Amino acid sequence: MMLEIKNLHARLADGREILKGVDLSVDDGEVHAIMGPNGSGKSTLAAVLAGRDGYEVTEGSVTYRGRDLFAMPADERAREGVFLAFQYPVEIPGVNNMYFLRAALNAQRRHRGEPELDAGQFLRVVRQKLKLLDIADDLLQRAVNVGFSGGEKKRNEVFQMAVLEPRLAILDETDSGLDIDALRVVARGVNGLRTPDRSIVLITHYKRLLDYIEPDHVHVLQDGRIVQSGGKELAAELERRGYGTFGEQPEVAASA
Amino acid sequence: MSASLETQQTIRSLSDEGYKYGFVTDIESDSAPPGLDEDTVRFISAKKDEPEWLLEWRLAAFRAWREMPEPEWAKVEFPPIDYQAASYYSAPRQQATPKSLDEVDPELLRTYEKLGIPLREREILAGVAVDAVFDSVSVATTFKGQLAELGIIFCSFGEAVKEHPELVKKYLGTVVPQNDNFYAALNSAVFSDGSFAYIPPGVRCPMELSTYFRINARNSGQFERTLLIADKGAYVSYLEGCTAPQRDENQLHAAVVELIAHEDAQIKYSTVQNWYPGDAEGKGGIYNFVTKRGACRGARAKISWTQVETGSAITWKYPSCLLEGDDSVGEFYSVAITNNRQQADTGTKMIHIGRNTSSTIISKGISAGRGQNTYRGLVRVQPRAQGARNYTQCDSLLIGDRCGAHTVPYIEIRNPSAKVEHEATTSKISEDQLFYCRQRGIKDEDALSLIVNGFCKEVLKELPMEFAVEAQKLLAVSLEGSVG
Repeated sequence: MMLEIKNLHARLADGREILKGVDLSVDDGEVHAIMGPNGSGKSTLAAVLAGRDGYEVTEGSVTYRGRDLFAMPADERAREGVFLAFQYPVEIPGVNNMYFLRAALNAQRRHRGEPELDAGQFLRVVRQKLKLLDIADDLLQRAVNVGFSGGEKKRNEVFQMAVLEPRLAILDETDSGLDIDALRVVARGVNGLRTPDRSIVLITHYKRLLDYIEPDHVHVLQDGRIVQSGGKELAAELERRGYGTFGEQPEVAASA
Repeated sequence: MSASLETQQTIRSLSDEGYKYGFVTDIESDSAPPGLDEDTVRFISAKKDEPEWLLEWRLAAFRAWREMPEPEWAKVEFPPIDYQAASYYSAPRQQATPKSLDEVDPELLRTYEKLGIPLREREILAGVAVDAVFDSVSVATTFKGQLAELGIIFCSFGEAVKEHPELVKKYLGTVVPQNDNFYAALNSAVFSDGSFAYIPPGVRCPMELSTYFRINARNSGQFERTLLIADKGAYVSYLEGCTAPQRDENQLHAAVVELIAHEDAQIKYSTVQNWYPGDAEGKGGIYNFVTKRGACRGARAKISWTQVETGSAITWKYPSCLLEGDDSVGEFYSVAITNNRQQADTGTKMIHIGRNTSSTIISKGISAGRGQNTYRGLVRVQPRAQGARNYTQCDSLLIGDRCGAHTVPYIEIRNPSAKVEHEATTSKISEDQLFYCRQRGIKDEDALSLIVNGFCKEVLKELPMEFAVEAQKLLAVSLEGSVG
């Protein structure tokens, strides 16, 4: 099992409870989509899994490949193969994109006991991945996310994912703000990274992304709980009926 | 003062006899006793076997210093310094000036090794001529032969006084006069040694010249004097790096550096300053009160200062350019870090005197812990400086919420054609940036180093390659423990 979330409760520093008992199991090689309206807790779930400060887990557990995820600090989770594609990628002025990514990859390689890559070796790895995402060479030489368009930032996230080759990738609204061409490119990138030993959690507001990346499972997150799970057809149903109807299902709410 | 009179008489009698090794009774002593008066100045001058004119020059400086008040305008705080409590001269025990590394005390060489300056390695691999200053006396100079073939003079200041008195006499004090300021006057009176370089007309110095300074002996202030002259059309890049072993008492360091660039000459002066900054509570640490100034004497001359200031408890330093020649260029690139209780008040003065002179100032201040970091800079355009241009950029980065960053630009324009730009930013390292790095697997301290190095990139890229690597490491070390 890649990821097992049991009865996860989490709140913000101000005491507001956002996650109110999330249960989710992700098997190796599966693609899960988590959909839900704004404020349902989607991004909080991603943040808590990645280990961002400012959230307190009050109840429940998360097991990642047999280990207690919360026992690991954020950077260790990353080195153990947990990757978060940010909804709002962060700018780091003056730090060359390629330098940043090589530092990250080498940190992970050291962790796995593999030799570090020098600039030349790294460049060879990178060149292959660039093609996948239709990214221009000059993007590598620019400062991390500085002056990138919205589309470039999102492509850069998926590009980083391609280079770092995580076991579990969580994509937080990677589709938001993308035009249809950019969305296709990003989807192609993600699809190219689907392997039997890599799991992907897509967090999205819209079904649109799921037209290009076909999920194995779809879950609806509402008010801090997963209120319904199903196959890819659930996404179509959501599109038709809207989120409103799901929250009203009393039997799901009662089980939490 | 009878003691003083007695000493003067002794000097006279001894110099009449042509006494070669000094004149004070305690000649075997390698240190001057604590205190500063005219006798101390004479002791130092005699220790160094200096000519009469230089002694007089020192004494004039001392008399000026005695009348000067200590500057109090900088944004730094420290208890009053007892200038009579310090010792103003100390020398490592050594028989004679070594002709090569083989003659240097192996114990000294091992100290250098420990401090990460393998002279031999540098000599062979890096092609850098190192004039190593151990405490106050030069102990090793390398690559001299190669430089000599080009007519380049690179030696200790003391040696220059002996071998090239005409050059020293011609240029000494012409950029930083003896009475320029309190600390410069003190240095002029008691300077122990330092470096001298002269690049003849049209010669491009084929290697980076570099000097390493140390403070080693207890309670001995360090008063280095550096004089660099690039004659017409010459080029030289000079590296200066400092580290000091840890110690408990505050130590005064008041160096003076003078640069002279003639017509079409270029001087690039790079510093990595890593004196002991004191402990986390601000105990100990070096007081670094330095006067650095360069004069672009001729047309199209260019002087670039690059500094990475990570050490010292207090830094008071304004490397400046006098842009006298038409079309001359001055540059100042600075990174200053203050962590824990460190205080830095640093910047530059760009004095535009000639026509179409231009200057660039890029200053990056980083404050962490309870550090206080001030950029203080003057851009002055004189009436004759038609078409003068300046661009100034001051960026401050704050780490944590107990530190301070201050920017104090002075701009004085006396010619209406001048174009002067000033940009300033202040930012905090964001949690988002650190988390982004962590989420990619990069540890906290590495993430901080990455972000800080990015912030300083415009300055670090001005450093010669070998220094840039060292500087990056230093930035990381200097900020240890400031996050997490």
